[in-house]
Amino acid sequence: MVQSAIVSQFSLLSGYADLILVLLAAWALQSRVTSAWQWAFLAGIFVGFLTHMPWPVVAAGYAIVVFMAQLLQQRVWQAPLLAMFGVTFLGTLITQFLAFAFLSLTGTSLDFGEVLGLIMLPSLLLNMLFAIPAYTLMRDLARWVYPSEETE
Amino acid sequence: MKVPSSRSLQTTIIFLVIGGILALALGGFFSSASNQFTSSLVDVQTWISSRYRGFQDFFTAPRDIVTLRTRNAELESQVSQLQAQVIELQQRVSETEILAALVDFSRSNPESTYKAAAVIGRDPSPFLDYIIINRGSNDDIRRGMPVVTNQGLVGRVDAVIADAARVQLITDPASVVNVRLQNAETDALLLGSVTGDISLDLISQNVTVEPGDLVLTSGLGGGYPPDLILGQAVTIRTLEYELFQQATVQPAVDFTRLEIVLVITNFRPVDITPLVPETTP
Repeated sequence: MVQSAIVSQFSLLSGYADLILVLLAAWALQSRVTSAWQWAFLAGIFVGFLTHMPWPVVAAGYAIVVFMAQLLQQRVWQAPLLAMFGVTFLGTLITQFLAFAFLSLTGTSLDFGEVLGLIMLPSLLLNMLFAIPAYTLMRDLARWVYPSEETE
Repeated sequence: MKVPSSRSLQTTIIFLVIGGILALALGGFFSSASNQFTSSLVDVQTWISSRYRGFQDFFTAPRDIVTLRTRNAELESQVSQLQAQVIELQQRVSETEILAALVDFSRSNPESTYKAAAVIGRDPSPFLDYIIINRGSNDDIRRGMPVVTNQGLVGRVDAVIADAARVQLITDPASVVNVRLQNAETDALLLGSVTGDISLDLISQNVTVEPGDLVLTSGLGGGYPPDLILGQAVTIRTLEYELFQQATVQPAVDFTRLEIVLVITNFRPVDITPLVPETTP
């Protein structure tokens, strides 16, 4: 709702930040979190409810983001912020490309050059700006939801 | 002869002196002296009064400061509440102005019935230009109903639930509207784009289109009622080797500031696909 009512009102050229993608990536990168897939599916359904884009397209994009987050989290575990930037960067491009491909295949005339310059790159920049605050927020939330067990 | 006593002589002299002084005073001869005397009296009085006040404040100040602080806090709280009320009232004034403009519009177009709706969100996807309004099937909103403001056509209802609906704007890349150019008296298509700009296509090469030509819905195709304002033609592109002319359009509606819209509820879009002849290969 915040995405629809507030974030979508602030555009850079024709691109918006995708707050849900960024928060999902940050959540999936937390080592204690095991529920990222479920959240990706739920997010896809809720966003699909709001948007004209079919919910499977949205859910597939978010699922790819979660998959990349878990892959990078295992490999770049000592540099979580780097992983966050990487997931945000690739996740934004992939979800935007999925949307572009779906619309092009269903008959909407879109110029890739325009889409890249006016939507994808500005959206990427906005998502990268939100990446660090989102990661910090999700890290604190993960610590609160999954407190570490003290071992004696 | 009786000689007056010294005592009565003294008394007489004193009276005479006093009477003389009074006469001189009443005559104004002593005004400067009396002014100086009274001003010095006033200075002394002021000094005594200020000292007393200071003495009094010394004993009553603690009680007054607490009272003043409490009162100050109360007033600050009241100021905050009033500021919040002012902001709320300013928003209401702005909404009232918008609604007044929409009421004027609906009165000047009595052939249609309207339902006002507030814009509560936008499509989260940057590829799509849709808005979400707070009226749905419970308010007799149906899919395909046109959406307007007092400035012109906004779009049409794309999806409906009980209490909300999604509206496709005319700036959406997938939006196509059959239009008529008022001055040129020709039909064309209005297309949206990913940038949010709208343009005309399929303008016959035999027609002269001037910048500023008004673009209205033609009613062809049954998707929109006729004669709804969309905008004005701005730049016209005419190339001899192309089949049609194109033009960019300045929209009549400011899509970045949509707050309240009107849904035309007595218009039902017509599905003409059964009438379209099938092309056999």
